[in-house]
Amino acid sequence: MEQATTIQVQPADRKKILGIWKVALYMFLITAVEYVFAFTMDAGMLRSVIFVTLTIVKAFYIVSEFMHLGHEIKGLMYSIVLPMIFIIWLIVALVNLEGAAIKDARGVVDFEGGAGTEQVDPGH
Amino acid sequence: MATTATVGNEKSLWRGGMAPFKASYGKLMMWFFLVSDAFTFSGLLITYAFLRWSAPAYNGDPADFVFSTEYWPIPEKVYEAFPGFHGVELPLVFVGLMTFILIMSSVTMVLAVEAGHRMDKKNVVKWMLWTIIGGICFLSCQAWEWSHFITGTDTATVADVVVNGRWQENYEIFGAGLTFNQYGPPAFAALFFFITGFHGFHVFSGVVINIIIFFNAANGMYEKRGHYEMIEKTGLYWHFVDLVWVFVFTFFYLI
Repeated sequence: MEQATTIQVQPADRKKILGIWKVALYMFLITAVEYVFAFTMDAGMLRSVIFVTLTIVKAFYIVSEFMHLGHEIKGLMYSIVLPMIFIIWLIVALVNLEGAAIKDARGVVDFEGGAGTEQVDPGH
Repeated sequence: MATTATVGNEKSLWRGGMAPFKASYGKLMMWFFLVSDAFTFSGLLITYAFLRWSAPAYNGDPADFVFSTEYWPIPEKVYEAFPGFHGVELPLVFVGLMTFILIMSSVTMVLAVEAGHRMDKKNVVKWMLWTIIGGICFLSCQAWEWSHFITGTDTATVADVVVNGRWQENYEIFGAGLTFNQYGPPAFAALFFFITGFHGFHVFSGVVINIIIFFNAANGMYEKRGHYEMIEKTGLYWHFVDLVWVFVFTFFYLI
């Protein structure tokens, strides 16, 4: 292989670098919002849906901007995104429907409060 | 530099003559690998979610929550330790720091790729080094978190368990092992070890690959080659590790 005799270092595009940091800022803001929900909202179906939605938004930024998939040609984009959409559907289906159905079939009872088992502090 | 060999006519996209999807062989294969790796992690998350949502839940007031082997713990109550702050409840603070470190190292990786596009060797080397430092920081945090998780808190959880093949009643459990743990059902710690461990192993491999690429870049290998595509390929892997962490963070620490 021939060796390039002169290497042209192109100057940095300020707008492009600013764009990278902007995406990073969005990611931190979304994570901050997740923390706000984690500390102010009681656990439940709605909160879980909010968390998963915000996670998918973050995943979108990582894949689209950091991994550059949003700027690749459409065919490549869909061949990666479509299988993942099916997988996420499968996760949701198994979590919500199968998990709950098995729990119901086993007759598992949730704890409404108080300790299930004894706690001791041997003092050390 | 010629990167493609044209075979026959120009339209034979699928005969290997041109790069399909306008992505090079290496990049496409990295994407294929990442999709398959995403399936693996999905399998683990499905297992986690299935076991968790079919286990007894704690529906009482979170303020009254205590650990028990009989129901799934509230994550904020498990992950509330921070190095140097013994006995202080800092729920999710440490894991927030870990998330910050990993996202930052992803950003420095993008900056390395961007510098590579401009053939800017000095900046590629600089940002690769920051990425490696971020990865090592994350792994160190995880090592501390694991050791805390295994050692446990000052208060034992009492349960009837089998120890060395003997049935022990009112046994005091500290920390977590593979058979039982103080935080919740045995599956809780087993899944924690397996999923965060598998992710940590990915981070570890990523750091090793990044170190190799860092030295190659510093030695001018990619400058000689005429392009910094290798940085893009390892970048894809590194961002994927970050991507998986985003999901692990949500499913393990938030929900």
